[in-house]
Amino acid sequence: MADLSIHFAGIVAPNPFWLASGPPTNTARQAHRAFEAGWGGIVWKTIGEPIVNVSSRYSALSIGGVRMAGFNNIELISDRSIATNFREIAEIKKTWPDRALIASLMTDTRANWHDLIKRGEDAGVDGFELNFGCPHGMCERGMGSAVGQNPDVTEEITSWVMAAASRPVLVKLTPNITNIVHAARAARRGGANAISLINTVSSIIRVDLDSFVAEPALDGASTHGGYCGPAVKPIALNMLQSCAQDSEVGLPLSGIGGIATWRDAAEFLALGATSVQVCTAVMHHGFRIVEDMIDGLNFYLDSKGMKSVSELTGRALPSIRRWENLNLNYQRVARIDYDRCIRCNLCHIACEDGAHQCIDLVDAPSDCVGSKIPKIREEDCVGCNLCQIVCPVDGCISMVDLPADREPMSWNQYQSLLADGAIAPIPPHP
Amino acid sequence: MDLNLNDSAHGAFPLMLEKKPPLSGSAALAESMRCLFCFDAPCIKSCPTGIDVPAFIKKISTGNMVGAAKTILESNILGASCARVCPTEVLCEGACVLGADHEPIAIGRLQRHATDYVMQRGIPVLHPPAVRSGFRIAVIGGGPAGLGCAAKLALFGHQVTIFEKNLLAGGLNTYGVAYYKMKPQVSLQEVELVKSLGVEIRTGTFVGRDISLQDILTTHAAIFVGVGLGSGKKLGVPGEEGSGVRDALDFIRDIHQLPLHKVAVGRRVLVVGGGNTAIDALVQAKRLGAESATLAYRRNEEEMSAYHFEIAAARGDGCQFLFHAMPREILLNADGAVCGVTFRDAKKNSDWIEPCDQLLLAIGQPMPSVLIKQLFADIALNEEGCVVVDPSTGQTSIPHVFAGGDCANGGKEVVNAVGEGTKAALGIHQYLTGKGMKFPRQSSRLGVLGSPSGAGILNPVRVKES
Repeated sequence: MADLSIHFAGIVAPNPFWLASGPPTNTARQAHRAFEAGWGGIVWKTIGEPIVNVSSRYSALSIGGVRMAGFNNIELISDRSIATNFREIAEIKKTWPDRALIASLMTDTRANWHDLIKRGEDAGVDGFELNFGCPHGMCERGMGSAVGQNPDVTEEITSWVMAAASRPVLVKLTPNITNIVHAARAARRGGANAISLINTVSSIIRVDLDSFVAEPALDGASTHGGYCGPAVKPIALNMLQSCAQDSEVGLPLSGIGGIATWRDAAEFLALGATSVQVCTAVMHHGFRIVEDMIDGLNFYLDSKGMKSVSELTGRALPSIRRWENLNLNYQRVARIDYDRCIRCNLCHIACEDGAHQCIDLVDAPSDCVGSKIPKIREEDCVGCNLCQIVCPVDGCISMVDLPADREPMSWNQYQSLLADGAIAPIPPHP
Repeated sequence: MDLNLNDSAHGAFPLMLEKKPPLSGSAALAESMRCLFCFDAPCIKSCPTGIDVPAFIKKISTGNMVGAAKTILESNILGASCARVCPTEVLCEGACVLGADHEPIAIGRLQRHATDYVMQRGIPVLHPPAVRSGFRIAVIGGGPAGLGCAAKLALFGHQVTIFEKNLLAGGLNTYGVAYYKMKPQVSLQEVELVKSLGVEIRTGTFVGRDISLQDILTTHAAIFVGVGLGSGKKLGVPGEEGSGVRDALDFIRDIHQLPLHKVAVGRRVLVVGGGNTAIDALVQAKRLGAESATLAYRRNEEEMSAYHFEIAAARGDGCQFLFHAMPREILLNADGAVCGVTFRDAKKNSDWIEPCDQLLLAIGQPMPSVLIKQLFADIALNEEGCVVVDPSTGQTSIPHVFAGGDCANGGKEVVNAVGEGTKAALGIHQYLTGKGMKFPRQSSRLGVLGSPSGAGILNPVRVKES
């Protein structure tokens, strides 16, 4: 069994699976159950001056019978008193000394930030997470994503906190920004010890077509909510990798956004996260999902010969580069395994109408079921992957590398070769 | 070799191939994604071994196949064979909440998918502790109950020896399961799995004949009795000695031990009995090529103890049924071979002759009370001859003797035997070490609220057949 324990910006945890700040981390009762189930850490639901919540707070995107493929909420930060929250945090930390316990904080003035930091350290937290990300309600009052969207403010508030904090500080960033790297750099300049990302994506999840009210609906109205769940994972991975590869950020990263299984978590780790945070999946199935996350990741690391989860962190980062550095002379084509083909012809119609018109329907040999079969014109195939993506049968369409008959050449290299007159322009596609 | 493990000649008997083939990887994934992952799920409560079904299915859905197999085998060491032979319709799948307005999850086939994965690759998933307890325990009978008990004891660090009278362990799982449901190889692989945990299996060793109980007692601190049932009952009518009259279990055993083309199958096969063994013999006779396979039962269909879905499947195979048929005499020809049976119609009170050239008797197995009394003169048996045990520990009236499986329950499914053997292992461990079971009792853990994993279920919920 591999070593799953992590050291994250000075915070130690027995595994990289943390609960993200949110409804599952609101009370001591939940924290206790979560640690019993095996979670390595908890980011306590954001503490601040208690707010007033509305009724009707969550809504979800179901796709083809898959419930909660996406999820949004309009719930605000903790509605419990600061004193209650820190009292429970102190109890939990005493009961579970080996787990990471991080307090998420949100407030306004420098004095209020310093007050929260002091009370958190007195309660024994292992670290703080600054909530600069919530895209609903609090941002209208100049907090949450209103901070994360303004790098100067991010830097300033972070520096306030760093002046008072003796424990590690994570800054949690909002994805509702053109380039998250600027926000991450600002946090770094402010002195943050680590970054967590992403918070929820600003969203309207659906509209009821009978009442013409968007959801979650309350008293005939709705508002922008924070979008999360499996559907946001690609957005989160993109932002994670952007920060992981930015030399000016250079901080440990806690990955958040659509993580529901050990596989999701492993992808975040491979793109540079040291810990991961989960919320929506627990809201669906409970704390127990961590059992599969732990032993799934363990068996996976074993199968890859990795002795420690730290060996996985950043493993896929070298694969990500700018488009201009990709090899223009690489060519792949699709091949169909006719023994597996079930004759649905989706590859044909997807290619014909939706892509590059290189899969024909031809008369089937007499020993085949069905009168027509799809056939790839390899010389025209651009290797776009669409046919493989739509094919419902695993392993039926494979994308095959063609032997390289030319040296690798990126767009940048192509441009300089053109400038030197060393190469003729690549003719446009007919 | 005591078994027919050569598949090459099976081409002539396509109907003897697996009736329920394995799921493909993509089919297993799609099926696993359909599972709701219920909390405190009814499928767990209706499994006599208490497998955490939603947990292992969730693991299949994330590609954590080793974890899935571990979840299964921790609770049920014979998870691979139970996946094939369990009457899931009245157990886990019958309890599945999706059965009400949809299709229940194919739990048995998913369980097979996960266990096949590790067994085909030889991946070890269970590991006995490095530190041994020093206790030695004897298990009499290497069938499902004995294997379940031995495996659990080995995982506690105890040293276990199984005494098995046959040349191969596995009991009815090896010799007596319908061949089209499971081949004996699966059972033998599970025997190997139990051995890999450090359990010693002495086959061909009949306790009381090849080794005395006294010898066992001097070297073992506790004994588990899982001897199953005796060999088939007789009808007690004239002609039973004729050739072509056989016990149904002997017939099924032949199928496992001989090349299929050498199994003696009549043209017109008659089976007497009303239980699941009768159905297994009937269907296999038909699938092996009998022109007609007819079951005769003394009462009506509703009173048969065979599962209704098995009866329906037998009809689908072309088998026929006679009800209210009381055998009075077995008719033999000049060569002393069976040629028919005289039945009394219990309703009409009249006799008729049903011709046949093979007669298989499946009217139950007697309790092994004589054998058990020879070994343990003072052991308490109930009126039926079953060993009386404490249902939560398997302990008999003799403190160091524990029992489970058919000899204690009167004859139930493989999964019941494994569950009882496993539970008795917990009882033995407690008896020897004085320690109650310390399980991670996490209310938030997967599965049944507060129930330790792998402890089996005391009163599994049995689902009514619809």
